[in-house]
Amino acid sequence: MAEPNVVLNNPGQAGTTREQDLIARVQRGQNELFYELVRPYERRVYAAALAILRNETDAEDVAQEAMLKAFANIRQFRAEARFSTWLIQITVNEALMRRRRERTVVMEGIDDRRDEESDYAPRDFADWREIPSESLERKEVRQKLAEALASLDRKYREVFVLRDMEQLNIQETAEALGISVASVKTRLLRARLMLRDLLAGGWEQGWFSRLPFEKGTKPW
Amino acid sequence: MVNREAVNCEQVWREISNYVDGEVDSGLRAAMDEHFHTCVRCASVLAGTRNVIQLYGDERMIEAPAGFGRRLEKKLAQSARAGGSRWSSLSAWLVPVAALALIAGGLRLANSVTLSPPLKVEHAQPGHNIPPDMVVVVAAGSKIFHVAGCPFIHDKDKVRTLTAKQAIEQGYTPCMRCMRKYLETASLGRSGPGTEADADLDADEDPHRGGQ
Repeated sequence: MAEPNVVLNNPGQAGTTREQDLIARVQRGQNELFYELVRPYERRVYAAALAILRNETDAEDVAQEAMLKAFANIRQFRAEARFSTWLIQITVNEALMRRRRERTVVMEGIDDRRDEESDYAPRDFADWREIPSESLERKEVRQKLAEALASLDRKYREVFVLRDMEQLNIQETAEALGISVASVKTRLLRARLMLRDLLAGGWEQGWFSRLPFEKGTKPW
Repeated sequence: MVNREAVNCEQVWREISNYVDGEVDSGLRAAMDEHFHTCVRCASVLAGTRNVIQLYGDERMIEAPAGFGRRLEKKLAQSARAGGSRWSSLSAWLVPVAALALIAGGLRLANSVTLSPPLKVEHAQPGHNIPPDMVVVVAAGSKIFHVAGCPFIHDKDKVRTLTAKQAIEQGYTPCMRCMRKYLETASLGRSGPGTEADADLDADEDPHRGGQ
């Protein structure tokens, strides 16, 4: 596979020597080191669960269950895999199992096949050239981004979170969600373009750098 | 594949995500590069898409509730204290062994959990030989744990999953119906394979249940 032409923030790219050492020690029975091993990923585990469950209480519950399951099965982890990916996949599996038991989600899943085949045309062509990463220092901006993400249908949200936030690759995302690689690509495209549309208007109005909003000003 | 000469805005939008991910071939990439030089709108879409990826890929976008790490650490410490060392070190081979034991109908598991929670309901029994990592469900408003799918779960809308070990630690006792084989072993001292109990695990098909 060709290298992406955009540099992503990818903290879990490869197991560091220290991480490999921690894994080996926990596998040998030094259980007290397990939290130290997973601490760098605890927020990502929570975020993966939240992306699927959309409920903070359930997400924390599932995140804890996933960590306990990882702890119980740490000896099955193989060094050729990324530890962070292994953790996220366990979490996604736990979250999907939890969701399958939630009746309300059955209704949400009805539209699963819609929009998959049709193309998505961008709706906003605002010039959005700068990378306003410093704006993420502000909680309001993070909140707006989170709201935009939460507004996506779950099939798009899940793929986007696993691929672009959890940094799983396309194949890993497909395996974690039990869908095809082609579906991952289609959903990812739509998710990215929809988020771009949602954010581009706000960027055009300068809300990334102009907060709080004036009364009556549309933030997007 | 898209011809280099034929690439238009619609084709660019269709492939822009793959382009950003490096998932297009060199011919299409060259065609798209050329298009971005001449089409302001598509260049804007590309810039915006990259910004979306950049922003959401930032670690600061991944947040957890206040105290989440502390609670997780506590949970893991509890798990380790409650036999985690033996449990985790054995679990790698215990899981398949437990599965085989259940399939064979045998329930003599060496690594069982000693159940000693306070009894919450009159007919609650502590149970024996419940595999600690067996996945069970509990519902809000009850202190009974069940096999998933048990028809005696009162509030199915509010179930959550945990391991038998966790359930026991949290004061839950096994369901008389779906977990009966463990209760019978406990109360009667029987150690047989419990074919009756196995049948009860398929509680949905048990015609005698409904009258309980």
